[in-house]
Amino acid sequence: MASMAKPGHVGGEAEKTAVIPLRGNEAVAYAAKLARVQVVAAYPITPQTIIVEKIDELISKGEMDAEMIYVESEHSALSAAYGAAIGGVRAFTATSSHGLAYMYEVLWWTAASRMPLVMALVTRAIGPPWNIHVEHADLMSTRDTGWLIAMAENNQEALDLTLLMFRITEDPRVYLPGIVGLDGFILSHTVEPVEVPSQELVDELLPARRQPYVIEPGKPIAMGNIMPDEIFEQHRMDMHVSQRASIEAIREAGKAYLELTGRDYTSLVECYKCSDADYLVVGVGSWMGDAKIAADMLREKNVKTGVLRLRWIRPFPWDELRKAAEGASVVVVMDRSISFGHAGPLYLEVASSLTQDIPVVGVVAGVGGVDISYEDIARITKHAIKTVEDTGTKRIPVLWYHKGSFYPMPPGPLRQREPPITANPLL
Amino acid sequence: MNSDVDTYELLKNNVVEIRFHGRGGQGAVTAATLLVAAALIEGKWGQAIPSFGAERRGAHVQAYARVAPRPLPLHSQVTRPHIVVVLDPGLLSAERDRVLLGLRENGVIVANLPSPMNINGAVLYWVDATQISRKLGLLVAGWPVVNTAMLGALAGASKIVSLNAVVEAIRQYWSARKKVAELNAEAARQAYNMIKKAVSKEVRLAAHA
Repeated sequence: MASMAKPGHVGGEAEKTAVIPLRGNEAVAYAAKLARVQVVAAYPITPQTIIVEKIDELISKGEMDAEMIYVESEHSALSAAYGAAIGGVRAFTATSSHGLAYMYEVLWWTAASRMPLVMALVTRAIGPPWNIHVEHADLMSTRDTGWLIAMAENNQEALDLTLLMFRITEDPRVYLPGIVGLDGFILSHTVEPVEVPSQELVDELLPARRQPYVIEPGKPIAMGNIMPDEIFEQHRMDMHVSQRASIEAIREAGKAYLELTGRDYTSLVECYKCSDADYLVVGVGSWMGDAKIAADMLREKNVKTGVLRLRWIRPFPWDELRKAAEGASVVVVMDRSISFGHAGPLYLEVASSLTQDIPVVGVVAGVGGVDISYEDIARITKHAIKTVEDTGTKRIPVLWYHKGSFYPMPPGPLRQREPPITANPLL
Repeated sequence: MNSDVDTYELLKNNVVEIRFHGRGGQGAVTAATLLVAAALIEGKWGQAIPSFGAERRGAHVQAYARVAPRPLPLHSQVTRPHIVVVLDPGLLSAERDRVLLGLRENGVIVANLPSPMNINGAVLYWVDATQISRKLGLLVAGWPVVNTAMLGALAGASKIVSLNAVVEAIRQYWSARKKVAELNAEAARQAYNMIKKAVSKEVRLAAHA
C-alpha cells in the first residue's frame, strides 16, 4: 500500500493525484471514467448498484463521455457491452450474484470471441435463501469461462485493478475479457481514502483500444459458425495459451503503473511476511487484510505466519504460490464459498499446485456475509496447524469454521482419527 | 503493505473505533463518511462502514468508523468500539443494550440528549443537538438533522479530529450547496463548543460517604 498522500491535489508529482474518500463502487466508477469507457450497459443489483448510479451521474454531469444502455436483464447487459466492444469501443459492465448467473452464457460468448471487455463483479451470495452479503460463489463460478479474474483487497485496488484490466485485456498477447472482483458491502459500500490518478496519467497507462477484429456496417464477417471439432479444440487450446501469456502482460502493465503511481502491481500475488514464514495463509479479497493483522498477532506468540494473497485467480499464479510455499510447514487456504460435496474452490486450486509433502488445510468461513475478524483468522490458523500436527494429515480439504467452532468435513480418514470438536449443528 | 509494519501493534495502540447509532434518515452513515473526510484532511486515515442490513427510515440503524494515523488493512466490522455516538435522544433509553454492546471499558458515549443521564462504566458526553438544529432551521421533511452537530460534538469530546477539519469536510461534502454547508458547519461548531461531560452518580455517592 502506498503511503498516504495529502488530500486534495498534491504537490511534487503535482496535480497528478487526488486523494478522496470513496466507496469501493465509486472507485470502480471513476476507473471506468478515467479509462475513457465509451459504452456502459448494466442492470442494477445490490450491492453493485452504486457503480451504475455513479457512472450515470458522471455522464449526466458531462464529466464522462459515454453511452449508458439501459437493459431489461443482465443477459442483455453483457450482450450489449459485448456488442459495443465488438463494434470497436471500450465497454464496461458490472454485476453481482444472480445477475452474474443470468449473464453466464454471455461470459462464454465474450471470452471465446476473444473480445476485450471489463466487468466489475461485486461479490455476493447467490440465493436462496435471499442474502445480499459477501460470498465468493459468484466469482468462483467464472473460473472456467476464459475471463481473466483479479480480486481487490481494498478500494484503492478496486480502482487500480479496473484500470490495469483494460490495458491487460487489450494486449494482443491476451485478447480476453477480464473481471475485477470486490467484496460486496465490505468494499462496495465502505468509504476509504483512495488516490484517484489524473486523466493525464491514466492516458499514459492506457494506449488507444486494440482488439482482434471489429464488426462494421458494410464489412460482413462470420461469427459463431459450427467448426470441425478439431478446430474447436485448437481454439480452446489457444485461449489457454493466451491466459498463460497474460502473466507477462500483467507484470508489464504493473511495471508501467508502478512508474506512474508508485503503487506496485508487478506481481500476481501479494506476499505479506511470507519469506521467513513457517505457516502461510492463502486467500483472496478483503479479509486477507485482516489476515495480515492476524499474522502479526501470531508472530507476537512466535507463530511465524505470512499471508499470500492471490491478486489474480486467472491466470492462476502457480509460480508465485510455489515459491511462497517453499519452507512452509502448513499452508492454510481460506475459502469464502464451497464446491458442495468436495471442498472450497481455492483449496482445490492451491492443493493441486503444491507438492504432496506440503500440508494444505482448507478452511471455509465467512459465507453469506458472516463477519470474520483478524482474531478469527488467528484462531483458524492455530487450529489448522494443530490439526496437521495431531493427525499428520497432508491434505485436509474442509474445516468449516462457523460461529467460533470447527466442523471437519473430510471424506474419510481425518474423521476417524480426530472426531469433530463440536457436533455438526446441521445434523 | 510494508512488511516492516506491525499492523497488530498499530491496531492495538493507534486506532479509534467508533459506532454511530441513529434512526434511519438521521444521517448516521453520512456522519461516518464525513468523519473519514475530516481525518483525511488532517493527514490521517479513516474508514466508514455502513451497517449491512435492510435500512428503513425511522428504524434503529448503525454505522461504523475507524480513524488511525496510518492506513490499516482491516475490513471486519467494528465490534468493540472505543466511542459510540448516539444521534437519537430516545435510543439510550429504548435500546440501551444495543447502544452499549461491546463498548470498551471506560469507553465514551457522545449522545444527543436534552439533559444528562447516568450510565455505569462509561463516560458520557452530551449535547442537545436537536435544539441546535431546530434553532438553525436545519430540518429535512420536518425532522431536525443532527448528524453534523453530532460530528462536531464527537470532535469536541474526543479530539480525534479538529473542528477545522470537520468544518472543511462539511464544506467539501456540500460544495455545490454553500448555504447548506454553512448551516451544517455552524451546527458542528455550536455542538463542539456546547458538548459537556456528564458527572456520574458515583462521584456524588462518594461525596456523601
